[in-house]
Amino acid sequence: MSQVQEPRKVLQHATIRFAGDSGDGMQLTGTQFTNTSAVMGNDISTFPDFPAEIRAPVGTVPGVSGFQVHFSSEEIHTPGDVPDILVAMNPAALKANLVDMPHGSLILINRNSFNKAQYGKAQYESDPLTDGSLDKYRLVEVPLTDLTERAVAETGLPKKAADRCKNLFALGVMYYLYDRPLEVTLNWLEEKFSSKPQIMKANQLALQAGYNYADTAEIFTDHYQVPKAKLAAGEYRSLTGNQAVAMGFVAASEVIGKPLFYGSYPITPASDVLHELAKLRHFGVMTFQAEDEIAAIGVAIGAAYGGALALTGTSGPGLCLKSEAIGLAVMTELPLVILNVQRAGPSTGMPTKTEQSDLLQAVWGRNGDSPLVVLAPATPSECFSYAFEAFRIAVKYMTPVILLTDGYLGNGTEPWMIPNPEDLPSIEVSHDHEVKDFQPYRRDPETLARPWAIPGQPGLEHRIGGLEKKDITGNINYDPDNHQRMTDLRLGKINGIAKDIPELEIYGNPDADLVILGWGGTYGALYSSVKRLNAAGFKVAGAHFRYLNPFPANTGDVLARFKKVLVAELNTGQLDILVRSRFARETTPFFKVQGKPFKINELMDFIEAQL
Amino acid sequence: MSNAATLTKKDFQSDQTVRWCPGCGDYAILSAIQSTMPKLGIAKENIVFISGIGCSSRFPYYMETYGFHTIHGRAPTIATGLKTVNPDLSVWMITGDGDGLSIGGNHLLHILRRNPNINVLLFNNQIYGLTKGQYSPTSEIGKKTKSSPMGSLESPINPIRFALAAEASFVARTYDTNVKHMGEVFQAAAAHQGTSFVEIYQNCVIFNPDPFDSFYDRKVRSDEMIHLDEGEPLVFGKDVKKGLFLDGMVPVVKTLEEAGDEQPIVHQPEQKARYYANMLAEMEHPRYPIPVGVFRKVVRPSYENLLKGQVEDAIAKKGRGKLKDLFGQGDTWKV
Repeated sequence: MSQVQEPRKVLQHATIRFAGDSGDGMQLTGTQFTNTSAVMGNDISTFPDFPAEIRAPVGTVPGVSGFQVHFSSEEIHTPGDVPDILVAMNPAALKANLVDMPHGSLILINRNSFNKAQYGKAQYESDPLTDGSLDKYRLVEVPLTDLTERAVAETGLPKKAADRCKNLFALGVMYYLYDRPLEVTLNWLEEKFSSKPQIMKANQLALQAGYNYADTAEIFTDHYQVPKAKLAAGEYRSLTGNQAVAMGFVAASEVIGKPLFYGSYPITPASDVLHELAKLRHFGVMTFQAEDEIAAIGVAIGAAYGGALALTGTSGPGLCLKSEAIGLAVMTELPLVILNVQRAGPSTGMPTKTEQSDLLQAVWGRNGDSPLVVLAPATPSECFSYAFEAFRIAVKYMTPVILLTDGYLGNGTEPWMIPNPEDLPSIEVSHDHEVKDFQPYRRDPETLARPWAIPGQPGLEHRIGGLEKKDITGNINYDPDNHQRMTDLRLGKINGIAKDIPELEIYGNPDADLVILGWGGTYGALYSSVKRLNAAGFKVAGAHFRYLNPFPANTGDVLARFKKVLVAELNTGQLDILVRSRFARETTPFFKVQGKPFKINELMDFIEAQL
Repeated sequence: MSNAATLTKKDFQSDQTVRWCPGCGDYAILSAIQSTMPKLGIAKENIVFISGIGCSSRFPYYMETYGFHTIHGRAPTIATGLKTVNPDLSVWMITGDGDGLSIGGNHLLHILRRNPNINVLLFNNQIYGLTKGQYSPTSEIGKKTKSSPMGSLESPINPIRFALAAEASFVARTYDTNVKHMGEVFQAAAAHQGTSFVEIYQNCVIFNPDPFDSFYDRKVRSDEMIHLDEGEPLVFGKDVKKGLFLDGMVPVVKTLEEAGDEQPIVHQPEQKARYYANMLAEMEHPRYPIPVGVFRKVVRPSYENLLKGQVEDAIAKKGRGKLKDLFGQGDTWKV
């Protein structure tokens, strides 16, 4: 029993990775640690990493689910390159994650799960706790299962149910180690299990017991404090990218004053957007679970034709299926937003792993010359603003817009400064068209948008469809000159949007000779690596694309300022192809396709080698 | 605004030249629809025709209403989306045997299951016309076409049985050589609340001429077809009156004279169980007369009304959503 505690070591930031079986509740544990840290005032960034299987065989490496949380007293932009501590609930979790742990790092393991049967399932030939293979790590062995059972005994829960509280025990241990209060999680348990008081009590006891155990048993030589971050003043909450897009779409619907219609077919990792929106019927939101991906966009096109704010959402393979219908939306020039939460491909690929390999599919993946707008938010918070922006562009220019997020953004969290709804920009939509000589393809001279006349409006009856149409009247037309003109108009309309979007900004050192380009969800790692290199005395600039089609109007000028252009992306060179082909620039690429986000260190090494 | 009360057939004819082959059954169907529209008492701007791809799917261009010529097989999805966000519209979906039962079979199944208040007209000519004469999912086995020179191998789908299996709430059949009958069926379809499925036998003069002549030609029609009239006995025959009777679970045709005191089946399309409608749908020529008219008509809530109900319930329970509440949900903290 320790009488006098050593003072807590103050850290700027720390990274924990929770890992266990898919059924061990690691996502929940990580989310609770994140929320508590956020409420304490840390900046946070998370990376959930889980298998596609709902419950792979217990104890096996494919069944391991992980959740990494990076929390800090300074501004952070990534979930952390390497964890400072790994919480491994079983041998499989240790095996799957050890490769990412630096020597000397802390590993907390559940002693009770390291028996022959368990480490055998994880394909260990001998007990890693005793065979010396972990000598280079600071191992903390805790009999989590036994201690949890004892802690919750008073609730009378059967053994199996009692064991399921061990993640809360582990969380309690981590709360002690990093000096976090228990209230956020205690309150959450109270709400979550309000109808199951026995389970609620057991989990609360386990959490408390974990905290007390770590306090009294002196299992750690040090314990830490990560003070509050200096975030901009305001009210915050933590938010995943998938939650953020859902709110951005609803915000657009409220601002425009049109009901949101979401057509979708369940697909990982986009299903959460459907779940979020399905809860919002009281906002007039209509979610439609379609029979397939094609139907999901079909109903959305029908809704757009009917004057609603139409949205469809999917992930990579679903975008393939929607291609023909996206072409119809291009041809009929209807406002439609298509969300693609990208995942690792090709084909079914790795559904729960992140990648950025659908960019060219988004820009070009349709028959014919079929231009549309492609946007990609850079952070979970930006998922909100770009969802909103997608609808602004769609309704102003009467065009489909593809919004590319990814599994990393969709499932990752960061603090989000809650906006005041009154500060949201207004978006004007008008169906007020002159009946006399109405023409469905007579364009606004400035935006080139055609009128959005909707069924039910008297005097504006007209026909549209996928066949080429005559300029202005919209009647079927196969004249060679007309097809040329209509193709040019469709392309010109999209290219013209470059005038209506922000310029490409340079971050880091604008006087550098070298610029590194990226797009979408890799921003955090790229920004951090450029910042650190400049802090270390190198001269490096970065530029990050959120608008992929059209590119910002100043893109050519930005590229011209630098002697060397690097491109980093989670694919085998898609932004790279666009930059090379549109601006005729030689580039030096850094591509990664491992189902994981960039690490800051690997980007720094790459950039440094090019200086 | 168009005054629904004074509309005539002419008001529904668009300025576009109709480009079907001379003699195509589609002309008669178009004419029957244009004649039906003024009888519905619906303003022109509230009527929408939505089609897929194929000869029949050119239909919307010829109607002076709102219209959307979509992509192959997907018309049910676009029609459903439109009707969901705009329940007051009268939505008509035009499809064919290839569009509706081949490439769009999945969507046709699901529109019928969901039951939005949409009228689905399936033009069945048992051939692919627009692609110039390949066999279709309703072509008979052994059909010799350019894509099946030795005869097609697949069993045909019976559209009525398909619709019944998909839980369709209104199922009917009519044919292009009887404008009056088409008009009656279209009006019944329009009056039904829910998805109305109508199969229309339609002649393709070029690639599948006269496949239905053996029963629907004017000369033989009275003896080879049976009209399904609600509450009426199932009888037919020009000179010799015949009726449809039940022998156990099997329908049999007898002359009324043979039947004596035995009563023919009385048509009851509102039966909830589908076996009666299925029995009629099983009747194939020449063993049986071909039934035309409304096979089944049952009341079932429409998709758009159910969804609207959920929105209204949610608002009644939680109050109209406010962005401020949505943004500030869950654990928040101030800096």
